[in-house]
Amino acid sequence: MLLNEFLILAAFLFCTGVYGVLARKHAVLVLMSIELMLAGVNLNLVAFGAFHGDVIGQIFALFVLTIAAAEVGIGLAIVLLIYRNLHSADLDDVDTMKG
Amino acid sequence: MFFLDKAWLIPLIPALSFVVILLFGKRMPRHGSEVGVVAVGASFALSCGAAVRWIMRVQDAKGGSALGALGRSIGHLGAQGGGEAAVLPVLHHVTWFQNGGVRLTAGIQIDGLAVVMMFVVTLISLLVHVYSLEYMRGDVRFTYFYAALSLFTASMLLLVVADNTLQLLVGWELVGVCSFMLIGHWWEEKPNSDAALKAFLTTRTGDIGLLTGVIMTFFIVQRATGVGSFNIIELNSAASSSKVGHTLILWCAAALMLAIVGKSGQFPLHTWLPDAMAGPTPVSALIHAATMVVAGVYLGARVYPVFFHGFSIGDGGINPMAAIGGITVLVGAALAFVQDDIKKVLAYSTISQLGYMVMALGVGAWTAAVFHLFTHAFFKADLFLGAGSVSHSGSHHSFDMKTDMGGLKKYMPQTYKTFVIGTLALAGIFPLAGFWSKDEILANAGHNDYKLFLVVGLIGAFMTAAYMTRCVYLTFHGEYRGAHGPHAIPHVDEAEHDPIDTMASVEHDAEVHAPHESNRLITTPLWVLSFFAVFAGFLNFPHFSKFEKWFDPHFPPAFAEIPTIAHPAAFNVFLAIGSVGLALSGIAIAWAYYEGLLPQGLSSRNALLGAGRRFLVNKLYLDYLYENVIVAGIKGPIAAGVYWVNQNIIDNVLNYAGKGTQAVGRFTYNIIDQKGVDGLVNGIGTITGDSGAEVRRLQTGRLQFYALMLVAAVVIFAGSLWIFT
Repeated sequence: MLLNEFLILAAFLFCTGVYGVLARKHAVLVLMSIELMLAGVNLNLVAFGAFHGDVIGQIFALFVLTIAAAEVGIGLAIVLLIYRNLHSADLDDVDTMKG
Repeated sequence: MFFLDKAWLIPLIPALSFVVILLFGKRMPRHGSEVGVVAVGASFALSCGAAVRWIMRVQDAKGGSALGALGRSIGHLGAQGGGEAAVLPVLHHVTWFQNGGVRLTAGIQIDGLAVVMMFVVTLISLLVHVYSLEYMRGDVRFTYFYAALSLFTASMLLLVVADNTLQLLVGWELVGVCSFMLIGHWWEEKPNSDAALKAFLTTRTGDIGLLTGVIMTFFIVQRATGVGSFNIIELNSAASSSKVGHTLILWCAAALMLAIVGKSGQFPLHTWLPDAMAGPTPVSALIHAATMVVAGVYLGARVYPVFFHGFSIGDGGINPMAAIGGITVLVGAALAFVQDDIKKVLAYSTISQLGYMVMALGVGAWTAAVFHLFTHAFFKADLFLGAGSVSHSGSHHSFDMKTDMGGLKKYMPQTYKTFVIGTLALAGIFPLAGFWSKDEILANAGHNDYKLFLVVGLIGAFMTAAYMTRCVYLTFHGEYRGAHGPHAIPHVDEAEHDPIDTMASVEHDAEVHAPHESNRLITTPLWVLSFFAVFAGFLNFPHFSKFEKWFDPHFPPAFAEIPTIAHPAAFNVFLAIGSVGLALSGIAIAWAYYEGLLPQGLSSRNALLGAGRRFLVNKLYLDYLYENVIVAGIKGPIAAGVYWVNQNIIDNVLNYAGKGTQAVGRFTYNIIDQKGVDGLVNGIGTITGDSGAEVRRLQTGRLQFYALMLVAAVVIFAGSLWIFT
C-alpha cells in the first residue's frame, strides 16, 4: 500500500494552498488556494481510509466537499460585496480593521 | 366542626385584605373598598357559622338537640341545670418560637366568649365598612382608610381568638396602632394629630400594666404547674388553685387592671376617649364605641379568675375593679351633660357604659358584663353612626349640637328614628336591649351584696336617660340653627346615583347644603343596628337565658363552682320597675327642662351650681393635671438638667471626638488615599495604556498578515509538540 506517496502529495497540495492564501493579493485566488488546502485534507482522509480499510475516511471527505461548496458560496458573496464597496478585490485594500 | 376548627381564618382574611388593599387598592375601580367589604363580609359569615356551631356544640354537650333543649327550657321555667357537663373550648395552636426550653405558641381558643366577640366585631366592622363607602366618599386617603380598617378588624379578631396572653398582647398593641392611625386620619389639622398622639400615649400608660401583667401570668402558671406558660386556660386554673400565693395574683390583677383602665377609658385615664372623636365617625363607632375600647373588658372577662381571686371579689367588700367602674359610671355620665359636641356626649356615654361593664366584673357578674358588652356594641354603634349621618347630611360636617343642629327630625326621619331607638336602648327602657343587660348588672350587684354599686348603677341609669334626652332634643327638636336655615332648596335624592363613581366630586352642589336624609348606604347600617338594639336583649330573657347558657364562660371547675359564678342573680321585677322608672323620670325631667317647663339658667345664678358646672366643663381638671402639673413638672427640672448635661458634657465629648476624627481624616486623605490608593489605580491605568499602544501595532487590518500569524502559530505549536514528544 502506497501511503507515503499520497501523504506527500497531500502535504504538497496543502502547502501550495497556504502559500496561495498568504501571498496572493486577489481575493478570488485566495479562495481558490483555500480549496487547494481542503483538497489536500481530503486526500489525507481518503488515503488513511483506504489504508485502514474503512469507509469513514471517504464519508468525511464527502462532508468536507459539501462544507467547502457552502464556504465558497459565502466567500464569493463576501468578495462580491467587497468589490462593490471598494471597486477592487485586492485584499491589501481591505484594512478598515486596522487598530 | 369546620367553622370552629378553622376559626383562625376569621382574623386571617381581613389581614390578607389589608395587604391587598395596601398594594393594589389605588388601582382598583372602587379604590380598594370592595376588597375590604368582601373580606369582612366573609369573616362575618364565618363568625355566624362559628356561633351556630358553638350553640349546637353546647346543646349536644348538655343533652338533646337544639330544638329539644328549647322545648325543655320553656317547659321547665327557671330550671337552671347546675350539674351539666362542661363544654370544652376548641383549641388549636402552633409553635411560635422556642427559646431556652420555653415554648411559645400562637393559637385559637374558641369558646362562648370568643364566639360572641367575633360576632360583634365582624358584624359592626361590616356595617362600618358599608357605611364608610358613603361617609368617606371622595376622601383624600380613602384607600388608606380601608386598609387601616381591615388591619384593625384583623388585629381585634386576633386579640379575641387568642389562647394565650402573649398573643393577646400582640393584638392589643396592634389595635392601639390602628386606633392611632385612624384618629389621626385627617392629620393635616393639628388638633387631630394631637388627639391621635394623646390617645396613643394615654393607652400606652395602661399598656405598661398589660406588659407587666402578662409577664406575671407566665410565672403564675409556673408556680402552679412547674412549667411557665402564657396559656389562658392554664392561667385560669392556676389562679383558681391554692398553689399560687395571693400576693402574686393580686399584683398581676393590679397590673392588668391598669391595662383595662387605659384601654377601656376608665377613670382616671378616660381623657383620651373624648379627644379620639377627632377621627372619622365610622372609626368612632367601630373602634371607640363597640370594639377596641371593650378590649379591656374582654381582658377582664378572659382571665376573670385572676381578678376574682386577686381582688377577692367574692367577699362583698369594695374592690378596686368595682370602685373604678363605679366612679367611671358617674364621672362619664356627669361629663356628658356639659358637652356641646354630639360625638363627645356619646364618647362620655361610652365611658360611662364601659364603667358599667367593669363594675359588673368587679361585683362578680361575669355574664352580665359580657352581655352588656354585647348589647352596648349595637346601640352605641347605632348612635355614633346616627351622629355621623347627622353631620354628613344635616349639619355641614359639624358636630356642634348647639350651633349647627336642632329641628333635624323632619329632614332626617330615618336617622331620627334609629337614633331614638338607640337612645331608648341606652337609657334602658323596657323592652330594648339595654334594659336587659343593665338590669342584669344591677340585679347581680344587689345579689352579691354590693348595695353601694347597685345605687351607683341606678343613679347612672337616671343620668344616662337624662343626658341622652338632652342630646336628642338639641339635635332633632326645636328650630334648625344651622347656617342655611330650613328654607333652603330641597335636596335631590342622592341614593339614585352610585356613591363611588362620583368620588371625585368632593365639592357638593349648593343644593346639597340643605339638611336632608342620608342615602341608603348610611341608613341601612343604622336600621340593622337598631334591629339588634331592640332585639339583642331577648337573648337573655329571664327564665329563658339562652345567652347565659350558650356563651357560658369556660372556666376551670374549681372556679366555676364558686357560688357567685355558678348561681347568678335571678330576674328581679321590683328592681326592673325601679330602674325603668328612674330612666323615664330622667327623660321626663330633661325634656321638661328643654321645653322650658323648669327654671332655666340655674348654674348662672347659683354660685355653687356654677362652680359645679365649670368643674364639669373643664373635664374635672384632669387634662390640666396631666398636662400642666405632671407633664410640666417632669418637663421643667428634668429638661433643664438634661440641657446642662447636653451643653457641658455631651458637647465636649462630641467636640473632642470631632477633632480627633478630623485629624485621622486628614492623615487618611494625604497619605493613604492620595498616595496609596490613587497611585495604585493610576499605575494600573498607565500600564494598561502603554501595553495597549504596543500591542496595537499588531492589528494591521491586513487579512493576510493575520493568516500568516495563524499559520506561524500552528507551526510553532506543531513543532513544539513534535519536539517534546
